[in-house]
Amino acid sequence: MTAPAAAYGKALDLITRVRGVRGAMLVSAEDGIVVAEQLMEGIKGPAVSALAASLATRLRRAMEAAGVGASLFWHLQAEQGALLVVPTPAGTLVVAVAEPDVNVGLVRLELLRAAEVVG
Amino acid sequence: MPDAIKTLSSQLAQDPDSLVFLRLGELLRQKGQLDTAHRVALTGLERHPHLPDAHDLYARILADKHDYERAFDEWDMALRIAPDHVGALKGLAFLYFKVGDVQQAAAHLEAAQRAAPDDPGVAQALAMARGGGPGGGGAEAGAGGRGTEPLTEPEPIAPAAQPLEEARVFAGLEGAQEGLLLLDASGRVLGGALKDPTGQDVTDAVAAYLAGVSQEAARTVKLLGLGRWTGLAAEGTLGHVHLAPPTSDALLLVVRDRAVPMGRLAIIAQRAALAARRWLEAHA
Repeated sequence: MTAPAAAYGKALDLITRVRGVRGAMLVSAEDGIVVAEQLMEGIKGPAVSALAASLATRLRRAMEAAGVGASLFWHLQAEQGALLVVPTPAGTLVVAVAEPDVNVGLVRLELLRAAEVVG
Repeated sequence: MPDAIKTLSSQLAQDPDSLVFLRLGELLRQKGQLDTAHRVALTGLERHPHLPDAHDLYARILADKHDYERAFDEWDMALRIAPDHVGALKGLAFLYFKVGDVQQAAAHLEAAQRAAPDDPGVAQALAMARGGGPGGGGAEAGAGGRGTEPLTEPEPIAPAAQPLEEARVFAGLEGAQEGLLLLDASGRVLGGALKDPTGQDVTDAVAAYLAGVSQEAARTVKLLGLGRWTGLAAEGTLGHVHLAPPTSDALLLVVRDRAVPMGRLAIIAQRAALAARRWLEAHA
């Protein structure tokens, strides 16, 4: 984590202002611990972050083994919503929880911008 | 016919926006000049991207070139623009025949018959689909071709229409042996194969890393109250991957290079998932 703590809030603001986003988190990819969060009530941040980090690790390894390089963005789609994640080079996952009809392209852009802020 | 091609080419050169490319492309296709036909159709499609006939023409040429995946997309696009487009309905029926989905083929032919009740090719193909009549090629000719003209060289229906009898789960799908993988819950490879960009087989390594991903994805979305997980798309620096659960205890992986857009990858994955589901049901 290279950014000051104040930057975390700014990074999360970028994401949560997108219509259809229910919350955003910064998660340590290594241990799945929440670094910062802005989540709507009812979302279990610590549990989701742990699972997201685990999923990110498996995915990263599989993608590297498949020869498609490092993961830049991934999008877990479900019937009633989605989890969107951008890993940063410094080992942070920028995570968004979204409604099913969210503009995925826009969230992706904001996740990438947030990842630049976080470093 | 060469005169006609020359005349149409000349007309098109004089007015590149004209729709004469449709006739020219079709003539070239019928003559077997597929590369030229391809160029003509593509140029026409660039100028008329919302013209269903342009997508239909392009799809026929792609199908003649055995690029069935892209042909499917083009016919699918034609139908999105014009849901009753007979050519596209027949084309999709043809492709469904090829992968052994006789039910879907018949459904598309029925829709084509509703739109064009007097088309003898549709009636003939539909009879084949419903009754599994004798002889090869009839349904394909009616489905994919124009009138009684076969779309490609005659091929017997039976072998192509019964992929469930084949051992390979993704038989007939593009990338079946290099970019498609079907795993069970423990990461055991059920079908397909994966090669990295250097051509090295990485099937087992990737399968090992993906063991448990399906359950983890399911747990994550359950925790978030998002219902059932339907897919996981990931963008890499050198390529894209798409994971999907064809059944609750199986995992499908599709890998393509970055030239393939994520949306297209999702369509490929949907199709592969359908094939996987059928294969799993047949081998249960």
